[in-house]
Amino acid sequence: MRLELRPTVRDALSVSLTVGAYGVAFGAAGVAAGFSILQTCLFSLVTFTGASQFAAVGVVASGGAAISAVAAASLLATRNALYGIQMAPLLQVRGLRRLGAAHLTIDESTGVALSQVPRGTNAMRAGFWLTGIGVYVFWNLFTLLGALGARALGDPASFGLDAAVPAAFLGLLWPRLENNFLRATALVSMAFVLVITPWLPAGLPIVCSTLVALGAGWRAR
Amino acid sequence: MSPGAMWVVLAATSAMSLAIKLLGHLVPERWLARPRLQRVNALVPIALLSALVVAQGLVVKTHVVLDHRLAGLAAALAALFARAPFPVVVLSAAGVSALVYHLH
Repeated sequence: MRLELRPTVRDALSVSLTVGAYGVAFGAAGVAAGFSILQTCLFSLVTFTGASQFAAVGVVASGGAAISAVAAASLLATRNALYGIQMAPLLQVRGLRRLGAAHLTIDESTGVALSQVPRGTNAMRAGFWLTGIGVYVFWNLFTLLGALGARALGDPASFGLDAAVPAAFLGLLWPRLENNFLRATALVSMAFVLVITPWLPAGLPIVCSTLVALGAGWRAR
Repeated sequence: MSPGAMWVVLAATSAMSLAIKLLGHLVPERWLARPRLQRVNALVPIALLSALVVAQGLVVKTHVVLDHRLAGLAAALAALFARAPFPVVVLSAAGVSALVYHLH
């Protein structure tokens, strides 16, 4: 490894380890929702976008329909398309490598790549690939550990797993609430879901919360 | 949910996820670079994650139910205000929730 890339490697590794560790929570959530250990691991291997995975198993856990689970997960994944738009001109890859790049296009790989701007194009590319691959490895490893752990524990409520999953969502949400407008959007979304919950099939209120994003984003500047 | 439906959720979620990621790498930038689309898109995770906190923590099927999970969420909130790292947030929620669950 060339000396000038050392800080980039350090950034990528620390992000990969920290974020990968969240995989424990996903592994446990998948099993608690009723997915097998194999299915839970396949989510992390093939879907590979954390918040969407949590959403899919979360809707299933709350008794929602399959279509609600897929819709909630897909809506959460749309931001990855915008990351791809930023990463494609940077990476300049074709064919299978492009497929690989797309699969690794998530919050963290994009975030580390963009944070390397002062260090130049090579560092940005290295940041993207190292973080993408690093998160992939650790996320999958920790998903397996979480799934095995949850299976060994048994009754989810007895070990607080049924509270750990919404707490994980809160933990994912928290760092995004950077200003009062975003905090208000979060609170309105929560209130909206509570109000419509008795009137809709389970899981659908989660999907409907995107209306709050639409309403807030349409007019906001 | 039936075992078959769970495989459908897994397969469809994975297919949609990869399709969305590929879309960003393949379509011309101007298609998705509209300011309004970007604004809404930035708010979608916030609205959905908020909804998931409530739907998972305060709802059973189609009813709002305040139980041991609320105590767990309160512990998570306290941990977040204390700037605790993610694993501490999740573990304190689990610990407090399990405690209240067994006391009841």
